[in-house]
Amino acid sequence: MRPAPGPDERSETEPPAVPGFRTWRGVYLFVFGWFVLVVVLLALFTRMFS
Amino acid sequence: MNVADWVVLLGTIVGIAAYGSWRTRHVRRLSTYVRGNTSTGWGTIGLSVMATQASAITFLSIPGQGFESGIGFVQNYFGLPLALIIVCAVFLPMYRRLNVYTAYEFLGQRFDEKTRLLGAGLFLLQRGLAAGVTIYAPAIIISTVLGWPLDLVIVVTGLLVIVYTVTGGSEAVALTHKWQMAVIATGMATAMVVLLLRLPDGLGFTGAAHVAGALGKLQAVDFSMDPSRRYTVWTGVFGGLFLSLSYFGTDQSQVQRYIGGASVREGRLGLMFNAVLKIPMQFVILLLGALLFVFYQFAPHPVFFNQAEWRRHAQDERFRAIEAQHASAVAQSESAIRAWLQARASDDAAREASARAAMVAAGHRTQAIRAEAKAALVAADPRVKTQDSDYVFITFILTQLPHGAVGLLIAVMFAAALSSKAAELAALGTTTTIDLWRHFRPLAAADEARNVRVARRFTALWGVLAVGFALFAGFAENLIEAINILGSIFYGVLLGLFLVAFFFRRVGGSAVFFAAVIAQALVVVMYFSLNIGYLWYNLIGCAACIAFSLALQAVLPPPTRATEGRAG
Repeated sequence: MRPAPGPDERSETEPPAVPGFRTWRGVYLFVFGWFVLVVVLLALFTRMFS
Repeated sequence: MNVADWVVLLGTIVGIAAYGSWRTRHVRRLSTYVRGNTSTGWGTIGLSVMATQASAITFLSIPGQGFESGIGFVQNYFGLPLALIIVCAVFLPMYRRLNVYTAYEFLGQRFDEKTRLLGAGLFLLQRGLAAGVTIYAPAIIISTVLGWPLDLVIVVTGLLVIVYTVTGGSEAVALTHKWQMAVIATGMATAMVVLLLRLPDGLGFTGAAHVAGALGKLQAVDFSMDPSRRYTVWTGVFGGLFLSLSYFGTDQSQVQRYIGGASVREGRLGLMFNAVLKIPMQFVILLLGALLFVFYQFAPHPVFFNQAEWRRHAQDERFRAIEAQHASAVAQSESAIRAWLQARASDDAAREASARAAMVAAGHRTQAIRAEAKAALVAADPRVKTQDSDYVFITFILTQLPHGAVGLLIAVMFAAALSSKAAELAALGTTTTIDLWRHFRPLAAADEARNVRVARRFTALWGVLAVGFALFAGFAENLIEAINILGSIFYGVLLGLFLVAFFFRRVGGSAVFFAAVIAQALVVVMYFSLNIGYLWYNLIGCAACIAFSLALQAVLPPPTRATEGRAG
C-alpha cells in the first residue's frame, strides 16, 4: 500500500487557488502569455518613439 | 543633506533593521532560522526574491545605463520569466518534497555526499569572494558623492546587516525585505515624479520620449541576428534564460527565499509574481535613465558626472577648455532639440528630417567632448575609472530633489544594499552550517539549539569577512570585474550539476562528480588560453558538465539502488 502523501506532496497537486485558474499549467501559460505581450508592447514602444 | 534627509534616512534604514532584529529575536528553531516562518505568504516571498536580486548597483547603474546606452538593456531580462516557470515546475517541488535546507543538500540526496560538497564548495567560493564587493561597490559611489568616509560607510552598512541577519536568520531577512522594497518603490516613484515635473514646460512625458527616441535611447527591442550586437531579443531570451536558471534555481541566496513559506503554492506564486513584474520594473528604471538624458539636454550638467574624481585631476587649463567646450555644445544641442520639436510640430517632413539630423549631430558633438574629457583624465592618471554613468542618477538626486526626498533616495540605495547583502549572508551561513559543518559533525545534527548557534556564528563570520574584504577592496579597483569573471567560471558547472540531477535520471554520483571536476578544469584552462567574453563560460561549463556526465556514465557501471540517491 502506498503511504499517505506528505503535506508538500499534497500541495504539489493542489490547485493554485488563484481566481480564474484551475491548474498550475494554466498559471504558467498565463505568465508566458504575459511575457509575450510585454515583448510585443516593448516592440510597439520602440516603433512609436524611435 | 539636511536634518529632514537624515531623519528619513536613519528612520527608514535603522528603523527597518531594528524592527527585523526585534521581531525575530526569539527564533530558536533551525527550520525557522534557515527557511523562515512556515506561515510566510506568497507576497512576502515574492518581495523577498525581488529584494535579493535588487542590489544598490541596480538602482545606481541601471538608470546610468539608460542614460548612456538607452533602454535596450531590458532585453537582458527576457529569459527570466521563462526560467522562473522552469524553477516553479521542476526545482521548487523537488526541494520541498525532499524537505532540504539548501539546494546542495538536494545534490547529496540525488547523488552522493562528494557531489553535495562540490556543489556547496563552488557556491561558497563564488559567493564568499563576491560578498565583499556587494558592500564595497555601492559604498564607493555613495561615499564619493556625499563626501562621507568610505570605511565608515562600509562598516556601518556591514554592521547593520550583520546584526539583524545573525539575530533572526532567514525570517529577519524576509521580514526586512518587505519593508525595504516598500522604501525602494516609494523612492523610485518619487524620483520619477520629480523628474517629470522638472522637464521643460510644454515638453511632458510624450515630448521627452520623442526626444529620447530620436536620440537613440528608446530602442527597447532589437530582433537583429548580428552577433556583434550586445543586447538583442535572442541574447536576452537564450542567455537570460540560462543565467536566470543558474541564479534562481541553484544559488542558495535565492533558493532560501522560496523553499520556506506555508506551502509549494506560496513559493510558486512568489516566483510568478517576479516573472510578471521584473521586466516592467527594469523597463521603468531604464526609462528613468533615458528621461534623465533628456532632462540634462535642457539643464546644465558636468562634463564628467563623477565630480569628485574630476576635481581631483582636472587642475590645468586644458580641463577648463574642455568644460567650456562642453557647456557650449550643450547649449547648441538644446537649441537643436528645440528646433526639431518645432519642426516636428509643423508637419513639414523635409524640415523635420533636416532638424533631426542637426539635433543628432549636436548630440554627437557633446558625446565627443565627453569622450575627450575622459581621455584627458586617463592622461592625467591612467588608474582613473572613466565610467561615470553610475553617478548620473545620484547627481540628479542630490541636485534636483527636495529635502526629505534626498534622504529617501539615499535610503533606497542603502535598503537595496542591505537587502541583497542580508540574503547573501544568510545563504553563506546556512550552507556552511548545513553542508559543511554538519557533514563533518554528523552527531551534532540532532542538537537543534547548537545548530542554530553555529548557523549564527557562521553568518556573523561571513559578515565580518565581507566587511574586511570590502575595506581592502580599494587596493584593486578591477576586483569587481574579476569577481564577475570568477562567478561566470563557476556558475555554469554548478547549473550543469543540477540539470543532470533533474533531467538525466540514469546518471549516478561518481559520473557527475568527475564530469563536474573535468568540466571545471576545462573552463579554467579555456579562460587562461582563449580570448572570449566571460559570459560564455556559463554556457560552456554547463554544457561540458552535462556532456561529460553522459559520456562517463556510458563507461561506468550504472548506479545501484544502494548508491542511488533518494531523489533519483
